[in-house]
Amino acid sequence: MRVFIPCDAAALAVGADKVALAIAKEALARGVDLKIIRTGSRGMFWLEPLVEVETPEGRVGYGPVSIGDVPGLFDAGFLEGRTHKLSVGLVEKIPFFARQNRLTFARCGVIDPLDLDAFRAHGGYVGLARALSLGAAQTVAEVKASGLRGRGGAGFPTGIKWETVRTAAADQKYILCNADEGDSGTFADRMLMEGDPFTLIEGMTIAAVAVGATRGYIYVRSEYPHAIRTMNAAIGIARREGLLGPSLMGSTQHFDLEVRVGAGAYVCGEETALLESLEGKRGQVRAKPPIPALVGLFGKPTVVNNLISFATIPFILEKGAAAYADYGMGRSRGTMPVQLAGNIKHGGLFEVAFGITLGELVNEIGGGSASGRPVRAVQAGGPLGAYFPPHLFDTPYDYEAFAARDGLIGHGGLVVFDDSVDMAKMARFAMAFCAHESCGKCTPCRIGSMRGAEVIDKIIAESEVEKNIALVKDLCETMKFGSLCALGGFTPYPVLSALEHFPEDFAPAGMPVAAE
Amino acid sequence: MTHVWDSDKAEDIIAAHEGLEGPMLPILHGMQEAFGYIPEAVVRLIAARLNLSRAEVYGVVSFYHDFRREPAGRHVLKLCRAEACQSVGSEANAATLLRRLGLGWGGTTPDGRLTVEAVYCLGLCACGPSALLDGEPHGRLDAAALEALAAEAV
Repeated sequence: MRVFIPCDAAALAVGADKVALAIAKEALARGVDLKIIRTGSRGMFWLEPLVEVETPEGRVGYGPVSIGDVPGLFDAGFLEGRTHKLSVGLVEKIPFFARQNRLTFARCGVIDPLDLDAFRAHGGYVGLARALSLGAAQTVAEVKASGLRGRGGAGFPTGIKWETVRTAAADQKYILCNADEGDSGTFADRMLMEGDPFTLIEGMTIAAVAVGATRGYIYVRSEYPHAIRTMNAAIGIARREGLLGPSLMGSTQHFDLEVRVGAGAYVCGEETALLESLEGKRGQVRAKPPIPALVGLFGKPTVVNNLISFATIPFILEKGAAAYADYGMGRSRGTMPVQLAGNIKHGGLFEVAFGITLGELVNEIGGGSASGRPVRAVQAGGPLGAYFPPHLFDTPYDYEAFAARDGLIGHGGLVVFDDSVDMAKMARFAMAFCAHESCGKCTPCRIGSMRGAEVIDKIIAESEVEKNIALVKDLCETMKFGSLCALGGFTPYPVLSALEHFPEDFAPAGMPVAAE
Repeated sequence: MTHVWDSDKAEDIIAAHEGLEGPMLPILHGMQEAFGYIPEAVVRLIAARLNLSRAEVYGVVSFYHDFRREPAGRHVLKLCRAEACQSVGSEANAATLLRRLGLGWGGTTPDGRLTVEAVYCLGLCACGPSALLDGEPHGRLDAAALEALAAEAV
């Protein structure tokens, strides 16, 4: 009898450990023989803690379970998959789950994250074996053909970046995973590290084979202690099994990797600040060029990719580039693990082919707001992303379509707000957050964000509103074009989108909003 | 959690990490774990051992929000203030708690029991408002649940 309970931090945050303990105790008291397997999360967070029971028909779920529900679940016969008020039926038939295209997250929530046999039984390390037999150039060609673009937000073609590093001549090259997932509304990196860490290790190892690198680092933010623990444990297992170290899978290829922990600086998610931080310095942005692919970590050619980009590589090598490129629209190939967050009824991770509309994601999949009030705004792409009003919900989820509407998909986060939101406050927060996190290297970001928050304060205080709105817009132009990196450069997105789509929140009560 | 300054221990922490590429952050994390904050003596020690100026080490310590210059309370409650938690009412709940405790962000109760800090995203954005209490995650913290959590830390 096998019962599956997540050990994902979000599940733990709502009591998964207590539920697991209560189930184990209840089973003992009743003399029932059962095995509890801790998994990652399926990503349906409104159902967490979600308890799954293995039945001949498949895994049947119950959620959200609290410790008080446990005796009742036993009484109802949940171990045979019988009905209970918390039944959600076969987990993989839940519409939220069934509608997804789980490629990158195929194993997340299914297996014990540290069970290497289970990982292999679900296709793990087939991709690396293929990369080793293809060789470097062919592996890069495969990644290029898949159309995969950087999932951190910039959307740069991964294969082209790899080709640059592959053809660079150097005595040392590095593979660097950016797991400094600081955007509010995103948790895909965390879920994958906690739920399927070997996928990341395999993806980074394939990258190492493809470009001829021997050392790798995963830079994880300190706010993710559980992910750090799981990742370190998985690396230890991979080393023992010859999947990291001097002879990868018995070949002559050498690669090893290490977790490094950030220290609470959002800007270190910017790749050049991340390089500085890993080198032991203040996380200040570097001017580009030179690009990190040529002059990266310790001045050596470095593949810096987002975690999700690396974690998608094993699928591409296992199933082939075409299998991945078959999904998607336009120049956005494959899938995106969209993260539905904030004030949303069905929040969680929804991996889907590009092309689905924002409205489908928020209203159909996400079920609208959690509060039951009308959805008023959705911030797409984290604190540097634009606020979309419902009249733009027809925007397809696609890098170019979002850019065409002055937005960005970023790392795939969507934060939903109901009609109680004050968009002037959110615009002010965007500036204040930028001021708080600015690395200080360039003036538009360091000073501009500070002045921006002050000017929005004046608008909120109804002081010379029109003049100050014009000033904020002007300041945003300066930040957009004058900043060194995306922190100062993209902070105008939430500010300008709030001003454009929600002007009524910036006008004194009763005053008509001037047309542009 | 009592953290007593111990220069031998500090030397050991440096020795355990100085062979790494870019050992600075691992050393600082080790120090904060051992002593609860980054004592001034640590800055001098690291500078000497890594052949850096004290200004360079101080520059790193002061850049990162994680590194404390003085000890925190016995318990540390990190409340998320980022957008996803704001959308479900985190700011009002936090303001109520801070007012009741008589604290500002980053403040410690006079009895040294609890430090309340701001954090910008814990990756628990679909079950907010969220927090970390001594490193353990907590979600769906409405006003009552937050008060109960803060009371738990004794």
